Amino acid sequence: MGDMKFIGQGVKRREDYRFLTGSGNYTDDVDLPHQSYATFVRSPHAHAKIKGINKNRALKAPGVIAIYTGEDIAAAKINGLPCGWLITGSDGQPMKEPPHPVLAQGKARYVGDHVAMVIAETQHQARDAAELVEVDYEVLPAVVRAEDARKKGAPQVHDELAPENTCYVWGLGDKAAVDKAFAAAAHVTTLEFINNRLIPNAIEPRAANAVYSRADESYTLYVSSQNPHVERLLMTAFVLGLPEHKVRVVAPDVGGGFGSKIYLYAEDVALTWASKQVNRAIKWTADRSESFVSDAHGRDHVSKAELALDKDGNFLALRVATTANMGAYLSTFASCIPTILYATLLAGQYKTPAIYAEVTAVFTNTAPVDAYRGAGRPEATYLVERIVEQAARELKMDPSALRRKNFITTFPYQTPVALLYDIGNYEATLAEGLKVADVAGFAARKMEAAKRGTLRGLGYACYIEACGLAPSNVAGALGARAGLFEAGEVRVHPTGKVSVFTGSHSHGQGHETTFAQVVAERLGIPMEDVDIVHGDTSKVLFGMGTYGSRSLSVGGTAIVKAVDKVIAKGKKIAAHLMEASDTDIEFRDGVFRVAGTDKQVPFASVALTAYVPHNYPLDKLEPGLNENAFYDPTNFTFPAGTHICEVEIDKDTGVTRIVNFTAIDDFGKIVNPMIVEGQVHGGLTQGIGQALTEGCYYDPDTGQLVTGTYMDYCMPRADDVPSFKVGTKETACTHNPLGVKGCGEAGAIGAPAAVMNAITDALGVKDIAMPATPQRIWRIINDKVAA
Amino acid sequence: MTTKVSFTINGKAVSHDVEERTLLVNFIRDTLRLTGTHVGCDTAQCGACTIHIDGRAVKSCNMLAMQAEGAQITTIEGIAAADGTLHPMQEAFRQNHGLQCGFCTPGMVMSALDLVKNTPRPTEEQIREQLDGNLCRCTGYHNIVKSVKAASEALNP
Repeated sequence: MGDMKFIGQGVKRREDYRFLTGSGNYTDDVDLPHQSYATFVRSPHAHAKIKGINKNRALKAPGVIAIYTGEDIAAAKINGLPCGWLITGSDGQPMKEPPHPVLAQGKARYVGDHVAMVIAETQHQARDAAELVEVDYEVLPAVVRAEDARKKGAPQVHDELAPENTCYVWGLGDKAAVDKAFAAAAHVTTLEFINNRLIPNAIEPRAANAVYSRADESYTLYVSSQNPHVERLLMTAFVLGLPEHKVRVVAPDVGGGFGSKIYLYAEDVALTWASKQVNRAIKWTADRSESFVSDAHGRDHVSKAELALDKDGNFLALRVATTANMGAYLSTFASCIPTILYATLLAGQYKTPAIYAEVTAVFTNTAPVDAYRGAGRPEATYLVERIVEQAARELKMDPSALRRKNFITTFPYQTPVALLYDIGNYEATLAEGLKVADVAGFAARKMEAAKRGTLRGLGYACYIEACGLAPSNVAGALGARAGLFEAGEVRVHPTGKVSVFTGSHSHGQGHETTFAQVVAERLGIPMEDVDIVHGDTSKVLFGMGTYGSRSLSVGGTAIVKAVDKVIAKGKKIAAHLMEASDTDIEFRDGVFRVAGTDKQVPFASVALTAYVPHNYPLDKLEPGLNENAFYDPTNFTFPAGTHICEVEIDKDTGVTRIVNFTAIDDFGKIVNPMIVEGQVHGGLTQGIGQALTEGCYYDPDTGQLVTGTYMDYCMPRADDVPSFKVGTKETACTHNPLGVKGCGEAGAIGAPAAVMNAITDALGVKDIAMPATPQRIWRIINDKVAA
Repeated sequence: MTTKVSFTINGKAVSHDVEERTLLVNFIRDTLRLTGTHVGCDTAQCGACTIHIDGRAVKSCNMLAMQAEGAQITTIEGIAAADGTLHPMQEAFRQNHGLQCGFCTPGMVMSALDLVKNTPRPTEEQIREQLDGNLCRCTGYHNIVKSVKAASEALNP
């Protein structure tokens, strides 16, 4: 692409001014005329029959407008919330999909399940009235842990609709080849572990504000969402049966998502439906306690992994059995996370010839579990990178040497678990990581730490992820019930200024800046001349939204394709203006030129001509300069890298301090390095949170969420994490025009394994459960002393 | 039950009837419509609602509106210059990519201003310690720390 003016520059973000001055516009900042307020009555029990609901007292409370329960939802023939991915089990049967009602139908299945909606004039009145709704529960025994769900006699979450609480049992890979390889192995390393359940906790709680207009029979829903078009499609086509063109969904500024705002939630549907019933705008904003119990959670796997090696340390086969907790209902994309986005990544960066994974998905009396930053890939990386590190220890090999020995080095590479890696250079990121982390000096640092009485450890994670979801036909063959393309529109105004509309959604990622860099670069115009518009179904033609680190590689490519169409049309207009042949026109630096001459016409003049077509080839070309494009990727992208963590553990307190964290990533080409680094920092901190502080805990007897506030669920704070050493080594993605791969999730994918490998190294133990809290570590240290 | 509350906010005197149970943050957001101050939790843990009361950083979800009687209040809307020029702290966040989704940002800036007022040239450790009342889920704090460091140097050369 030659010399770049904008691409590759750490351009300061244009979003920042509004956020720094308090002039952002988040959903809860939106007030609509005559709005009312909703509060949800939620089940205090993990599992209970609803024998009756008496709303008489609540209806008489001041300011109450209406109260709806499951009966009203059923009477209105509102369908359940759909799951967007059909997994077909190893037995050839479709997964079990019990109904996921908008308001509970006869039974509540987790603490926080929606039982009734109270609408009142003020938020206080709605909350006061909700306290007066009398629900007669018959409490049933609950099951919350994945490993307990299929035990004999376990409470049945969906009774005969999902026997043994089983959603599906699904396999990927060649089981016979794996069994054969294990039979011939010189060494087998085995590890069992739990990938702890996490609560995403975007700092902006979910919120919605819905209004119906009798004038044109239309609905508008403001909602904190990562993908407004998907929200509209699912809501209109599958749940409410409304005409799609009469529903506008706006996701204004969104205060973080991390996956948790992809899904269609019951509150959004209930509000939209009820806004017509009460003919008022209805606003609802979750308080944090509601977010904890009702946002989709992440992870929650129990796994056994076995790695077979020959006597030289070559990987022969990997065998994995995982039980994945789906929670009480299937959230929008829940079913594909522990399968399509997990088992397919079990090759990691290695040429392991045979891999087999069996995944059992189970229902429990807990909040639904779905994609959370990384979504399946952190779980895969954790498993692979922990067992590889453990194998190195058992074989007394240097963990980096064992990895290097097994790296995939030729591309494209077909893994035994269905993915085709297009390109990568794992040696380059490892070598740079070793250098930046000064691994050579670690032994001396460990000795020095020992003199101070602290335990020092070092751990690696060489991760890979599949991003840029996804080729629609491939996804469709695997069970996706949606397309996975992205759409973009480039609207050139008569003065040559440009508005770009994208189906990607930005909720912290800085698309308004990055996408403008791409468009300004390709059109050769100043960045100030380009605006990026997103998050409103009435403005943007279509969109699949933001998840899976797909925005630039898929959404950005759609925009590039639209820009290229603008340039192609511009060439025809320029050719007419300069009386030349279309094929002789070159476009560079914002100017159309006749090749080999000094004749030229600037972009803005071509734009003006398109809208004032007096001297214009009207017989063969439409006026105007406005193009859109849909881009469906031909493959996933494969960001990869090496993360190296160094910890020190205080023997007296069990407190872990991360003294050094190095992340060297290959994200392909980079448009804005400042933003990319920021994405890595944030991902790493969420990954460190999983390893050290965060754990969602349900009481196994009562099914109560024990970690239901920020005082119990330990989010990483500024003094829990270090400053990071981050860097990149790039191999350009081979199948999109920008050569980009995606960077949003890498930190959360690599960090947990790197941290836990470092901690187990420091402690000299095989495993310790995440989060490795001071208490857990202190116990290990003291149990060792006692033994 | 309602009561009357009067205070000065961003240099402007306000006087209003409030329900006694109304939290200061809700009064600021819903009644005064200064929506830059955010609510991220219900246990005074996240710091997104941090404002300045009589020159001190305070979590405005942790007090009632009527407790602010007679106070001098500044919110994020009152930090930039009248012509819109960013305060050096805000500018440092912009220059150092100290924000992503922006939701924690107002509280973070208000806390950081208090921090630098009390500790003009803080070390990284001091910044991390003193910002531990403000949660950020996006940035991993790395660039927030950089921003506060840069601002402290700009403000106290």
